[in-house]
This record gives sequence, C-alpha cells and structure tokens, in this order.
Amino acid sequence: MPEYETFQHDVLVIGSGGAGLRAAIEASAAGVSVGMVCKCLLGKAHTVMAEGGIAAALANVDDRDNWKVHFADTMRGGQYVNQWRMAELHAKEAPDRVRELEAWGAVFDRTKDGRILQRNFGGHKYPRLAHVGDRTGLEMIRTLQDHGVHQGIDVHMEICILALVTDGGRISGAFGYDRERGRFKIFRAKAIILATGGIGKAYKITSNSWDCTGDGHSLAYHAGAELIDMEFIQFHPTGMVWPPSVSGMLVTEGVRGEGGILTNADGKRFMFDFIPDNYKAQTADNEEEGWRYTQGDKNARRPPDLLTRDHVARCIVREIKEGRGTPHGGVYLDISWIKKRIPNAEEHIKRKLPSMYHQFKALGDVDITKEPMEVGPTTHYIMGGVHVNADTQMSDVPGLFAAGECAAGINGANRLGGNSLSDLIVFGKRAGEFAAKFAKENQHGKIDNDKIDVYAREALEPFENSAGENPYSVQRDLQEVMQHNVGIVRDEGEMRSALDHLKTFWERVGRVGVIGNRDFNPGWHTALDLKNLLTVSEAITRAALERKESRGAQFREDYLEKGERFSKVNTMIRKAADGTMEVRLAPLPEMPDYLKQIIEENK
Amino acid sequence: MSPQKQATFRIWRGDRLGGEFRDYTAGVSEGMVVLDAVNHIQATQANDLACRWNCKAGKCGSCSAEINGLPKLMCMTRLSDLPLDQPVTVQPMKAFPAIKDLITDVSWNFRVKKNIKPFKPRSPDAPDGTWRMAQADIDRVQEFRKCIECFLCQDVCHVLRDHQKHEQFTGPRYLIYVAALEMHPLDTEDRIDELRNTQGIGYCNITKCCTKVCPESIQITDNAIIPLKERVVDRFYDPFGWIWRWMKKKSDRQSPNAVKR
Ligand SMILES: Cc1cc2nc3c(=O)[nH]c(=O)nc-3n(C[C@H](O)[C@H](O)[C@H](O)COP(=O)(O)OP(=O)(O)OC[C@H]3O[C@@H](n4cnc5c(N)ncnc54)[C@H](O)[C@@H]3O)c2cc1C
Ligand code: SF4
Ligand code: SF4
Ligand code: FES
Repeated sequence: MPEYETFQHDVLVIGSGGAGLRAAIEASAAGVSVGMVCKCLLGKAHTVMAEGGIAAALANVDDRDNWKVHFADTMRGGQYVNQWRMAELHAKEAPDRVRELEAWGAVFDRTKDGRILQRNFGGHKYPRLAHVGDRTGLEMIRTLQDHGVHQGIDVHMEICILALVTDGGRISGAFGYDRERGRFKIFRAKAIILATGGIGKAYKITSNSWDCTGDGHSLAYHAGAELIDMEFIQFHPTGMVWPPSVSGMLVTEGVRGEGGILTNADGKRFMFDFIPDNYKAQTADNEEEGWRYTQGDKNARRPPDLLTRDHVARCIVREIKEGRGTPHGGVYLDISWIKKRIPNAEEHIKRKLPSMYHQFKALGDVDITKEPMEVGPTTHYIMGGVHVNADTQMSDVPGLFAAGECAAGINGANRLGGNSLSDLIVFGKRAGEFAAKFAKENQHGKIDNDKIDVYAREALEPFENSAGENPYSVQRDLQEVMQHNVGIVRDEGEMRSALDHLKTFWERVGRVGVIGNRDFNPGWHTALDLKNLLTVSEAITRAALERKESRGAQFREDYLEKGERFSKVNTMIRKAADGTMEVRLAPLPEMPDYLKQIIEENK
Repeated sequence: MSPQKQATFRIWRGDRLGGEFRDYTAGVSEGMVVLDAVNHIQATQANDLACRWNCKAGKCGSCSAEINGLPKLMCMTRLSDLPLDQPVTVQPMKAFPAIKDLITDVSWNFRVKKNIKPFKPRSPDAPDGTWRMAQADIDRVQEFRKCIECFLCQDVCHVLRDHQKHEQFTGPRYLIYVAALEMHPLDTEDRIDELRNTQGIGYCNITKCCTKVCPESIQITDNAIIPLKERVVDRFYDPFGWIWRWMKKKSDRQSPNAVKR
C-alpha cells in the first residue's frame, strides 16, 4: 500500500455546520483530542444559509410558552411518527443551548426589555424563534466558529471523506482526499461524529448548497448503520420561481411570520379554503384575526398561511395545477400589502427581512416593499437520516455518532421551521459529549490497509476513462428523475420507474471519466459524490414505496389518506449482506404516559 | 422566444506556477449571474475548471473573484449588468496566492483571526444567567456581524493587494471583526494595544475602497475603522492625533452612536 498521510484523533467530526461545530466544541471540552474535517471552508457550511430563526421555548415574548408546548407542537407537526424521546430532549434543552450562544457572543434581536426576541413561525403555537433579522444561520455559524477555534480543535478544511473504516463492526477511522491537491488521507479515530447535513442536491430544484449530497447518510449506510424515515423530504412552500437562474432559492417563512400572505392569480387567499382538522382549533378563520396574530395579539389564532410546510406546499401545488398560478408557475407571496395596516411599512420590511429585500431586488428585479413575490415549492430538508439513540446520538455501529440534518428521528413526517437550528445545537452537544465518553472508554481500532487500497483505487478509476461519460450529465439526469418521479406528489408507478432509472445511473457511474489532474478538480469531485447521491436517492425511493399512505411530507396520489397501519411505524433501511438495500417497517417506541398527557392537553 | 444570446467568458486558467486567460462561450438567459455561466462551462466544456461556491445566494462568501477587474461575488453579479458585447473576464482574487483557476489560498485570513482575543462577556445581568441589551445598543454590532467573510475587502485593500503587508496589517475584515467585539455591549476584553501593534491599523489611510466592494454594504471605514482609530489615538498620544481630529471635524460623516468606551 502506498503511504497515505495519517492523522489521529480521539474524536473525528465530519462536517463544520452548526451540528459539527457544536459537537466538536463539546467533545473538546470533555478533554479528548478532536479533529474536524469539512468539504468546504470553515464558516461556509450550509448552516450559514438558514434565515428565519432557532426554535426554543424561552417564553420571552409570550410567557405561556414552555417545553411541553414546544414538544406537543413538534409531535403534531411530525404527525406523531417522531422519536418522542428526541422531541422531548430537544424541547427541554433548546433554551439553554440558545442562551449559551449568547454567552459565546451571538447578538440576537432584542425585545423591548432587552431579552432575546422571538418571532412566529409555521406550526409553533407561540412566537418561539430567536433570530437575527433573516440571517440567523450566519449568526449561529460565526458564533460557533469564533468560539470553536479557541478550543483546541484541529480543523482540516476542504477534505472530503469517501468512506468510513470499521474494525470488527466498530468504527476505527475515515478515508478521504484533500480537494486542493487530491491527495488521500487517513483519519484514525476512536469515535466519529457525522454532521454532514442534507441531500438537496439529489433534486433539480432545491434551496440547498452544493455540499448537500447526502454523504453522511451514504457513509453510514455503507458502514452498516441503519437509516430511518428516508421517505420524508420537506418541500418548502416558498422558493423563488423566477428568474430561472435562482429558481429554488429560499424565501424565508419569516415573510409570512411578519404578515406576508399567499394569494393566487385571482388575488384570492386560498389558504383559507382548506384547514386540516387537527389544526382547526388553533387556526384563524378570517383575515382580520390572522393579521392580529402576526402583530402579536395573544388572543388571535394563527393565519392558515402559517400552517405546516407540507400542507402549505400542497395547497400551492393545487392552485398551480388547477390553473390559478402566476405567469412563471408559482403563486404570489405579498408582504407589501402591510402598508395598508402600519405606518413606515417599507422601512419595517427592510429591517425585518433585509436579506429577502436584497435577494429579490438584486436577483429578481422585484421590490418586495412595493410588489408581491412569485413563489413555489423547493426541496429543502430531509427529515430522514441515520438512526441514532435519542440520548447519545450513537448509531447502531459502535463508535459512529450522527447529529444535525444527517441524523433523524426528531422531526417525524415533517419538520417545523426553526427546529433544525435548535436540533443542531441540542444534539450536536449530546453527540460531542457521548462520543468523547466513548473515546475515553475505548482504544483505537485497526485500519484495514487492503480496504483502503480498494477505496483509493475506486476513487481513481474515473481518471482511467478520460473519454468516459461526463459526471455532470449523470448528476443532472438523476436530479431530473428525482424531481419528477419522487417529488412532492408520488405514486407507485413513477417510483418504480425511478428505481429502473437509478439502476442505469449506477451503470453510468461506473463509466464516468474525468479530464485533468487531481489538483482541485470539480469534475472528479462530482464523480465521487455521485455514489452518495445515488445511495440516498435509492433509499428515499424505496422508503417512499414502502409507506403506502400520505402523511406529512409524503403525499401519495395512489394512497391519499393516512393509513392506520402506518401510524405507528418507521421505515428502516439497511445494507443487506449481499449488498442490496433492505427496507423494513419498525414499530415506534411506546410513548410514556406523561408525554401522552402533554399531547392531550395541547390538542 | 428570441434565439438565445451568447457571451464570451475570458476565464483565468492556471495554477501556482502561472496561467493564462482562456475564452469560453455560453448562452445567456434571463436573470443569469456569472456563477451560472462558470458552472455551465464547468459542466459542459471544462469539467476541471476550479472555483469555490456553496450557497449561490450571496450568503456564504465562497465565490469571490475579480469580474472585469472588480472584486465581486460571482453568484450575485448579474450578466445583465455587464457589457456583453465584449468578453467578461473572470480571474481569481489577486491579494492571495493562486491555487488553481479561480481558487486562491485564503488560509492566511483564518490564521489572522485566530490571533485576535475572543469575546469575553461580563457576568450575567440576571439571576437566570442571561443578559439585557437594548436593540439600539447592538444595531452597530449587528451591522458588522453581517460579514460573510468573502474577503473581497481584503482583496481590494492596497495595503495587502499592492504592498503585500500581510505580516503587518490584518486588513479591513479583521478591523470590523475587532470593532464588533469592542462595541459589543457585553464584552470586557481590551484589544486597543493589538490594534496598533499587531493589527497595524495605522497602515489604513482611509481610501474606503473596502467599503465600496463589500457585498453586505457594511460601512467598514466610517463605522468601524475610523472609530477604532479614534480609540487608538485616545490611548496613545500621537503627534498626528490633532491633524486627525481636525480632518475628522471637516468630514461631515455620521457619528457612530452606541460606542462602548
Ligand atoms: C435556505 C435555507 C434556510 C434555512 N433556514 C432555517 C431556519 O431558519 N431555521 C432552521 O431551523 N433551519 C433552517 N434551515 C435548515 C438548516 O439550515 C439545516 O438543516 C442545517 O443548517 C443543517 O446543518 P448541519 O450542521 O446538519 O449540516 P450543514 O450545515 O449542511 O453542514 C454540513 C457539513 O458537512 C460537510 N460535509 C458534507 N459531506 C462531507 C464529506 N463527505 N466529507 C467532509 N465533510 C463533509 C460540509 O462541508 C459541511 O461543513 C434552512 C435551510 C436552508 C437551505
Ligand atoms: S480604507 Fe483602509 S482598510 Fe479599507 S481599503 Fe482603504 S486602506 Fe484598506
Ligand atoms: S466586510 Fe464585507 S467585503 Fe469584507 S469580508 Fe466581510 S462581507 Fe466581505
Ligand atoms: S456561493 Fe455563497 S456567496 Fe456566492
């Protein structure tokens, strides 16, 4: 075997988004040596894009809020297939984690009495999202980054991990390459935390950044860990639809939280047309009440524009399909109308939604203080991911942990806005703590050099085929298929055909070729990402086929209703001994009575 | 539909040892930005063309380059704002060492930041361990914290770009970083000595080029560097101090409020 540069850490964190940074800080504080690798530069991970806020029941704006209400909201939003223990821990611990960010230098917007301000968001009963204008993710990542670099963490930037290495079933290290020179590296570690984020790049229209290629999901799967809930992909209702170059770019839910309304081409507020039964009691049935809610009236109920994302996205699709869409195939989202209600509306909008104002002005020639935006659904977030123990975040591969978007369980069938940023810090911290503990209790495992040789050879194959297929073409075709066949509206036939396509894509991946050398070569990097994109795409499709019902983010035209049989199960995916993908339904853990009661009380 | 317009992109291709501009043609559609063109060329004509990008939304600060000679984010530069009857030149930032094509080695920035004293809050204001801050007192700090670390201001600053004073001067990005810490209502650390000694604030002669290129429209010079210079002057008697104050009176800039002393 050629000599590869080898690093050794007690704990290796893969990913430098909110989850990775928080995990690394915690592990380091526990006194073990910590390395962190990421594909991007530090401070540029996808988390930086988050806009609207972090959900935590601080009760600064409405003192009726507390962890129990947050828990009940999260479970209702997830259609009760969430891992209740994760939802419980999340709701209980999020406030402390947010306050901790402030102690590390974060500067959140303030209430009149000088505390952290909170805003309304879909599915949250009370104003709950701590925020900084509409750039909350930047604030979170910068705070963690600036704090983290002083905690003795070894940061390896622009390194892409290609495979996890196991020793007799437990984790022992990771293998990857540096983007700059294309040299292979080995990272030996007693424990590894995956914090690699999402899978948005499996779809054509997405709000996600380039590095969301499902690497962590795929790495864990190939290392033998089980994935859960992979069918649940969140399509955010409001992405930009025009011009084409920005289609999919997110328009934060904060726009609706601040009073923005959805209308169709006839100028009608269609969200009032259909309010699901389990939300009727807490949703306004007239425009006046909805407006009062957004302005902080505690006796008003939330407008239907702020129902959960799965529901809003489907209503938008319906309007478009039935011919009431806008010229570019979306619906209108209007915040400018608030000038009828409040003085200085223009200033107010610019102050509360500065990035949105800038984004539309600079990229779409639309002044959102004067005219409505055109919006439509965009692939945004995956609820599914690595199945972990709720308390420790360890997967079923000993020593392999996961946190953040690549882990799963807390969100069930649909995530509430703001619950991801809080998930990152709550479970990032837990993953760091328990990975450090694991590292203290275990020795380094062995690295199998023969396996490493195989990984290295496979990674270099595209160079031997310089006349082979263009990796970008395979990526584009895959994104088309996922968008059309396994998108927001699904049925058996289309998904079966997606599986056939995936088979041909696997064959094409074997034939891709790259030109040039190993120095920072995006063609090569894209070729290597394909394996991950294909793995997660297959997992999404197989899980979605298995769940023969519509629930939360999964909407099946051939099974329009919720099915009793599926109300208490999760889909689990694992790599079988023969290398094929195995799907099974697993019963949800039984919820203890005190939590059942909380849900009942908050119905 | 009208037939698709074409434009020429003159992109710098090369590595640490040198390189050259190469011309590529790409179709132009409505709303397109420079990064779309670069990504398209990468996907169809030059798979190995290296560039950094993450968000394609002006939020991560990865895609910095020089477009027609001006430091800009590729993802926020609309083609409709450029003269397309001539080639659009795209080249890497000049103030940092070349790695490949549009990619430069920006690691110096991360090293500089690590040497700045971190945030150190006063003890909490309330028994529950929390603090109270008025929105008016944090507006300025929030302005600085909008920074996406694109390093375009570092690229344009002549002290770094032309005079290569990377050892003596930390550049505008880290002056606003220190300003954000120094003006943070909770912070108790003192960074004034370093500002003069290791950060080299004296090298800045207020040309305001940094402010002009900042994609986040942060008033780097007026709101951060000038107030910091005042603090340095206040501490170290400086024969130029009086000239400084005289100049300051002349310019009718806005006075920074919410300044922690
Ligand atoms: C536009 C937008 C707005 C959003 N707004 C909100 C919001 O307001 N509130 C909210 O709660 N949530 C929001 N979300 C969701 C939230 O931002 C994400 O779910 C969250 O940031 C994911 O964080 P993470 O730490 O899990 O991973 P990420 O931030 O995605 O980071 C992943 C990291 O892993 C690294 N990585 C990936 N693969 C590899 C590999 N193979 N080798 C090495 N490194 C690798 C990447 O380089 C990166 O550093 C938003 C999402 C989007 C797209
Ligand atoms: S104002 Fe100062 S920091 Fe900014 S570009 Fe000019 S010399 Fe550099
Ligand atoms: S101050 Fe502005 S130009 Fe400089 S790095 Fe920050 S965002 Fe970029
Ligand atoms: S890609 Fe993120 S700023 Fe351009």
